[in-house]
Amino acid sequence: MEKRIELTKEQLLDMLSKMRTIRAFEEKADQLFALGKVHGTMHLSIGMEATAVGAIAALRPDDYITSTHRGHGHCIAKGGDVKLMMAEFLGKETGYCRGRGGSMHIADVESGNLGATGVVGGGIPTAVGAALSVALRKTGQVVLCFFGDGAANMGIFHESLNLAAIWKLPVVFVCENNQYAMSMPVARAFPIENIAERAAAYAMPGKVVDGNDVLAVYAAVVEAVDRARHGQGPSLVECKTYRWKGHSKSDQERYRTREEVAAWKKRDPIARLEAYLIEQGVLTTEEAQRIANEAQQLIEDAVAFAESSPEPRVEEIHEGVYA
Amino acid sequence: MREITYAEAIREALRQEMQRDPNVFLMGEDIGIYGGAFGVTLGLLEEFGPERVRDTPISEGVIAGAAAGAALTGMRPVAEIMFMDFTTLAMEQLVNQAAKTRYMFGGKAKVPMVLRTPAGSGTGAAAQHSQSLEAWFVHVPGLKVVMPSTPYDAKGLLISSIRDANPVILVEEKLLYRMKGPVPEEPYTVPLSVAEVKREGRDITIVATGVMVMRSLAAAEKLALEGIEVEVVDPRTLKPYDAETITKSVIKTGRVLIVHEAYKTCGFGAEISAMISEGPAFMYLNAPIRRLAGLDIPIPYNRNLEYHTVPQVENIIAAARELMAYK
Repeated sequence: MEKRIELTKEQLLDMLSKMRTIRAFEEKADQLFALGKVHGTMHLSIGMEATAVGAIAALRPDDYITSTHRGHGHCIAKGGDVKLMMAEFLGKETGYCRGRGGSMHIADVESGNLGATGVVGGGIPTAVGAALSVALRKTGQVVLCFFGDGAANMGIFHESLNLAAIWKLPVVFVCENNQYAMSMPVARAFPIENIAERAAAYAMPGKVVDGNDVLAVYAAVVEAVDRARHGQGPSLVECKTYRWKGHSKSDQERYRTREEVAAWKKRDPIARLEAYLIEQGVLTTEEAQRIANEAQQLIEDAVAFAESSPEPRVEEIHEGVYA
Repeated sequence: MREITYAEAIREALRQEMQRDPNVFLMGEDIGIYGGAFGVTLGLLEEFGPERVRDTPISEGVIAGAAAGAALTGMRPVAEIMFMDFTTLAMEQLVNQAAKTRYMFGGKAKVPMVLRTPAGSGTGAAAQHSQSLEAWFVHVPGLKVVMPSTPYDAKGLLISSIRDANPVILVEEKLLYRMKGPVPEEPYTVPLSVAEVKREGRDITIVATGVMVMRSLAAAEKLALEGIEVEVVDPRTLKPYDAETITKSVIKTGRVLIVHEAYKTCGFGAEISAMISEGPAFMYLNAPIRRLAGLDIPIPYNRNLEYHTVPQVENIIAAARELMAYK
């Protein structure tokens, strides 16, 4: 792991803590699912924590993000409250979306999380529109748009990057290339080596980074955010990473080998950051354990909050269709 | 009162709302120097500049999606899709994103955008530039669908749509763009989801949308000469629509003819017919509910074939006479 940009100890430990919280949230989500406590499905980003945390660490608190169906990590990295997230996951009235959205639609527009969408690529034009909005309102905000490798083959990806480029909008497109669009591997879905090469078609910078290296992701996105903030337009950052779990709960994972998954697990982004920080003398083993324990406790508290929360009232089923 | 065209009324609404609210801006294909494919936005680029009158590439998906994203973050975009046929290219963004955002975020977000789009046949543009697809959008909770039939309504409904906190699809009728009518110069609103009785009568209720309102009024004039007094009700907003005004009229007349240009199968008329059948007006019916609608075929090019594809004044008169045969 390289040291590229000066970060304070506090910032580094915050990154580690957020990654730990994401991991704990999703491992708990997996357990709750196994216990039959969850209605519906979920898409876990275990193994991809560095992309969410590294990218969002490059933002100001008032900047916007758009997320994907695999969006728990984005929400936590943006400062989302895990209690409200867990309540939403369990479909409770106290959840971010009052139990109407669930895992795939967690949003908190007021805090700049413009929401997750269940349609691949569906949030890309939302990000462009939000960037247009901040450009028109001259607020100096930046929009960070997450999407996966699968979305990069959709028409809306091309329409959106083009519009953002011709209007020089302050948006950073972050492609989380986790190697598979459900079962379709990138090698078969793309005629090019790197998705970031597509940036050239829209005359914007395109950068490939190791998506399991939180500091590399951070450094690349800092540069892109800086461009966006200074009126130089959009960028595309491709983070090469890997999802340890299946696409969703119905996935039998017939399209990949156990060896492949095991090889990527050796590149665990959390273990890498911990090892690096210990080696640099920023962190002790005890502190690392404390951060992991705190994350676990946050999630236990979130589950307790969610489980004791009320169900939405059927009498209010129509609320929120129209403003 | 001075008379201006339907297109001028829409332009005036856009201009006045842009003057009133700095968050209102326009985006769409060829809406700048070109003035829009039908001239609706002529002059607005000169008045408001390219920041607020934004020509886009031919990219309907991102036009709709970016409008939704801008609306979600505090702006009031008015996007134009050049022909309603091309809303097919924006369906994902309209149906899955813009329409659903508020509800699936627990009622904690607003998407105050307007999507203007010209619909209808009669221009010889054939199957891919002539469709009336409003029923698709009426079927989607979270969207509002508005269809003005006069210059007065066009201005007032558009102003209401821009000020509304929801995604609104404004279906504009190509054949009405050049129609003149009285329109006040000052800004005013026509409330959404309120139908208007365009003509009062005692014998038959005609529920008509868009260009069919004018045809129904013309048919009513001729039927009056035969002693048949037609009441013409224009829903004006198709979603959520005003069932009460329609029901009251049907209770008064006891006979219903529904007229629209869009396809009959699963069209807006099917909904109105079902609503009447399920509601209190059913017991007052003296005749079966009758629907006149476009044939279930792609709009043909040939002038005569095109004419016979959608309801005309003589079809409305004939249907009304048939309904009067029930005693």
